Amino acid sequence: MDELTRSVIDYIKHEYIEADDDRELTATTPLISGGIVDSFSMISLKRFIEKKNGITIPDVEASPEAFDTVKGIVALVNKLKK
Amino acid sequence: MAFSAAARQFYQSEIETIREAGLFKEERTIHSPQAADIEVEFPAGSGVRKAINMCANNYLGLSSHPEVIAAAHAGLDSRGYGMSSVRFICGTQDIHRELEERLTEFLGTEDTLLFPSCMDANAGVFEAILNDQDVMIADRLVHASIVDGMRLCKAMTDTFKHSDMGHLEEKLQEHQDKRFRLIITDGVFSMDGDLAKIDEIVALAEKYDAMVFSDESHSTGFIGKTGRGVHEHCGVFGKMDIITTTLGKALGGASGGCVSGKREFIEMCRQRARPYLFSNTVAPVIVAGALKVMEIVMSSTERRDKLEWNANYWRKMMIEIGLDIKAGESPIVPVMFYNAKLAQDFARDLFAEGVYAVGFFFPVVPKGAARIRTQLSAAHDQRHLDIAGEAFRKVGTKYGILGKGKKEIIEMYGV
Repeated sequence: MDELTRSVIDYIKHEYIEADDDRELTATTPLISGGIVDSFSMISLKRFIEKKNGITIPDVEASPEAFDTVKGIVALVNKLKK
Repeated sequence: MAFSAAARQFYQSEIETIREAGLFKEERTIHSPQAADIEVEFPAGSGVRKAINMCANNYLGLSSHPEVIAAAHAGLDSRGYGMSSVRFICGTQDIHRELEERLTEFLGTEDTLLFPSCMDANAGVFEAILNDQDVMIADRLVHASIVDGMRLCKAMTDTFKHSDMGHLEEKLQEHQDKRFRLIITDGVFSMDGDLAKIDEIVALAEKYDAMVFSDESHSTGFIGKTGRGVHEHCGVFGKMDIITTTLGKALGGASGGCVSGKREFIEMCRQRARPYLFSNTVAPVIVAGALKVMEIVMSSTERRDKLEWNANYWRKMMIEIGLDIKAGESPIVPVMFYNAKLAQDFARDLFAEGVYAVGFFFPVVPKGAARIRTQLSAAHDQRHLDIAGEAFRKVGTKYGILGKGKKEIIEMYGV
């Protein structure tokens, strides 16, 4: 697992998952459609990713679909970094 | 522009998508005043049948109280039907200011401003008092109207895990560079019925130089020894910076809401809160009724005491029957089914037994957390609760879930 994927997973675990929730979180776990992250609290995830990678994610790119898995988020970051 | 065939087809398809997702809402038509005993037509076109209402926000049983109705009649006669104006042109009557003063006294704040609803109060307050130098830090389970209000505001948005004070503290530390920090919470969370840790929130606010906002819609009139709200219950009465609440639940249940708090915030709302500025004044008849409601709740705790007794009785009964309820102290008692279809089927069968309650499921509550939200009222007598309890027992037996916990119910029905 690459460092970016790991850092996003770690952030989501800390930011969104309760301490007594032992469900596994992988790069393909549905985040928004799976009810882990909602569109309201997604904003702090977006801010974390922007800050960590020195990028700005345009609102049009920060869709619930793009943010639905860590894999999708990483792909979006890599695209914006190019 | 014409409503083209293509447009019609598009919207019909959207409505069908909502229906297929199981999210289509159907209104039940009530043929009686709001009360513990109501007459319901459901489905549409069927006969009207009597039912015990277990899902109204009529916490104090004042929605159809004869003294409130009489006061509303008198207000209609003395102040008219409508004002045909927003507040700041020619829509403010003496009774509007009188009601605002009563609410200020009751809530323990400095001033109050009426809004057409608490939805409007929440939609307008943040934009009126904060800008892009500030941050709003909200509990993740705040009401949708607060989420909408925050989206209209230019201040940074952040959230903390539900009632997680450690996580809130992290966020307050992170945002020390902002001009103002506003912590935002519901007093009672409407879907779970749990109370915010307002005393701990106020302590953190003092430690990290933040302000505190609480929506007390599901607590005003009955939580706390004299019904002032969660801030009274938690021993921080008089320490709130902003409270929003509604006249549409315990306080008569008609409509209307307010922002109450520091007088500068109230003045900013009067000047800048768009739902206030561009909506008609609250109708005189509602203000007159609400003034009587305030007189009733400020002169006696009898109704909130009865509500508390009813809530305790109902919680105990649900546990004895073997249903899985969310623990709490409020008159909101969620009965958990986890599976959306089971919650809907259970509610339908309850209605057949003469008990009216509604199933809630995703996206209103998290996936796998479907429930029937029962709500107690001072209008309920023990007889109502005993009959409703028997209906829950009968339907619970049918589905084989009595005495079963979360894990077993999910094993039986899935999520």
